[in-house]
Amino acid sequence: MPLDPVTQVSGRAIFIPGADIDTDRIIPARFMKCVTFDGLGEFAFYDVRFDEHGNKTNHPLNDPRFDGASILVAGLNFGCGSSREHAPQSLRKYGFNGVIAQSFAEIFFGNSTGLAMPCVVASAADIDALRAAIEADPKVEVTIDVDQLKVRTSGGLEIPVTMPDSARDALVSGRWDPIQELLDNESAIEKKAAELHYV
Amino acid sequence: MGKSLFQKVWESHTVGTLADGRTQLFIGTHLIHEVTSPQAFGMLRDLGLSVKYPQRTFATVDHIVPTENQDAPQDPLAAEMMVALQKNAEDFGITYFDLASGKQGIVHVVGPEQGITQPGTTIACGDSHTATHGAFGAIAFGIGTTQVRDVFATQTLALSALKVRRIEVNGNLRPGVYAKDVILDIIRRLGAKGGIGYAYEYAGDVFDRMSMEERMTVCNMSVEGGARCGYVNPDAKTIAYLSGRPYVDMSDFDATAARWLSFASDPDAEYDDIVRIDAAEIEPTVTWGISPDHGIAISQDIPDPAKAQTEGEKASIEEALAYMKLPGGIPIKGVKIDVAFIGSCTNGRLSDFREVAKYIRGHRVADGVKAIVVPGSQIVAVQAEKEGLDQIFRDAGFEWRGAGCSMCLAMNPDKLVGDQLCASSSNRNFKGRQGSPTGRTVLMSPLMVAAAAINGCISDARELFELEPEAAVA
Ligand code: SF4
Repeated sequence: MPLDPVTQVSGRAIFIPGADIDTDRIIPARFMKCVTFDGLGEFAFYDVRFDEHGNKTNHPLNDPRFDGASILVAGLNFGCGSSREHAPQSLRKYGFNGVIAQSFAEIFFGNSTGLAMPCVVASAADIDALRAAIEADPKVEVTIDVDQLKVRTSGGLEIPVTMPDSARDALVSGRWDPIQELLDNESAIEKKAAELHYV
Repeated sequence: MGKSLFQKVWESHTVGTLADGRTQLFIGTHLIHEVTSPQAFGMLRDLGLSVKYPQRTFATVDHIVPTENQDAPQDPLAAEMMVALQKNAEDFGITYFDLASGKQGIVHVVGPEQGITQPGTTIACGDSHTATHGAFGAIAFGIGTTQVRDVFATQTLALSALKVRRIEVNGNLRPGVYAKDVILDIIRRLGAKGGIGYAYEYAGDVFDRMSMEERMTVCNMSVEGGARCGYVNPDAKTIAYLSGRPYVDMSDFDATAARWLSFASDPDAEYDDIVRIDAAEIEPTVTWGISPDHGIAISQDIPDPAKAQTEGEKASIEEALAYMKLPGGIPIKGVKIDVAFIGSCTNGRLSDFREVAKYIRGHRVADGVKAIVVPGSQIVAVQAEKEGLDQIFRDAGFEWRGAGCSMCLAMNPDKLVGDQLCASSSNRNFKGRQGSPTGRTVLMSPLMVAAAAINGCISDARELFELEPEAAVA
């Protein structure tokens, strides 16, 4: 099952402030009452984009200057909390193709890689610089170069980023969805199952 | 050099190494619920795949179940999810503890109760609180929905090994200090991000003395500390708890027990990090903000942003206080509450209800406070009712409900309204977690929730219930 390699993703970017943006914030639990992931996009960040009367707040996602942004820039511990894959799924369906943050919660990170949405880590200072660049010119094109582990802007900013080797390899070699490789090892799986003393 | 339990379980379940360097890990036991499984079944069907080892997956329904009348979900979406789970379980031959089974409940209560959760095993579930099962010396962790698909199709996952941090809590806990306080204290010290990349091994006098249910409370919240899993080494208590449970094979149980114990970390195991905490320093702990590491002792003041050390810290305190609608620098004790919730996979077990019931006789929930008690499973409910605990709660003005996740999250009719403040025995105080986008959560132990319900404000349970210093707690 050959998948498309993900060596880089590009687009306009948006900065979402705050540390510890948890998955409840990304997709509130009440929108998880669904049996497919289709349609989750419109509910991404719902409770911070709209107030209790359904009016738009002044959240950056409501700022028309950032309409159509596909790269999300955030702070520490992005995606913490519940393991719900609904969170990266909703970001994907909202139109995001990659996330740059100071750090990520592990389950969110793994889920995102599995959806071919690279999540890369940058230093606080570099995130600040990126934020300044985006806010100065919301039209600036931001590229996450997964292969080179760099983030570049069309304005000439270049910052180093990190990502675990395993995730980087999985993305650039088109193995971000491991299912085929897992299936291929059927005989080893069966041997292991026979070895275990339970069930 | 010896090995930790984590290493032993990891090695014994390794199928091989994948091209990207990750381990293909065999998942011995897979637990599913109605929220994160339907999409995975959908993906499986799309790929034309089947469930490889259906006998290794167990299903139950918990998040969306209404607790006032379990059988009547008024919400058509909830009903649709329940029907989908039923159908998927039937189509793929998976054991399903449904509402009619008498065994339904929160997935992390049901697994141990049925003896499905066993030492030395790997357990995965599309739910971050799968860490709970680590109380039995299992390596148990939450996974995303695509990974649920991987487990269905292959009974394996592509994973990278974790580092292991041993957290030793030695000495004696003071009266009125519970397992919940221990884990809230650990998270407060190490931070909500402190455990990223680690499995937590809980060790020392305090965990040795804890009951299995208390160990589950601690392991449950490992994920709030950033650790994907947490565990306690199996011992005689683990074996006594599991003996005779439905899914424990009792033929040659001595050999089984010996095998289980052999997974415990070796005395000379090497750890990536060791943290030591003195049990006597731990106080009844409550949260004041919007992250589980926003914790303080009940005797302390809510942090004052003016006293923050850094700009970042100041901003984060200000954000939390603005959301909580609380001023900084005042005592947390005395903050008015609207709702009290005792339940969830953290504190919805029999021992939690027994402990609270010991103290609340003769007390009444304060006027204007809605107080609900929600058993973690149908079995817990039946047993508690047999012991008359439900009546003790009702007499004190609490509502006694049916089993489910209830007010831990917003997927069933139990929700906060507006900016209500809830004293809660659950595990997450994120913005909007309990169902209202402006609802406020203060995490604490079940007895502290009861004290808050009775006083109508956040309280020190030790004062209200006159806990004797000599009434030592495990
Ligand atoms: S009780 Fe809460 S934390 Fe536990 S499984 Fe249910 S929703 Fe998740």
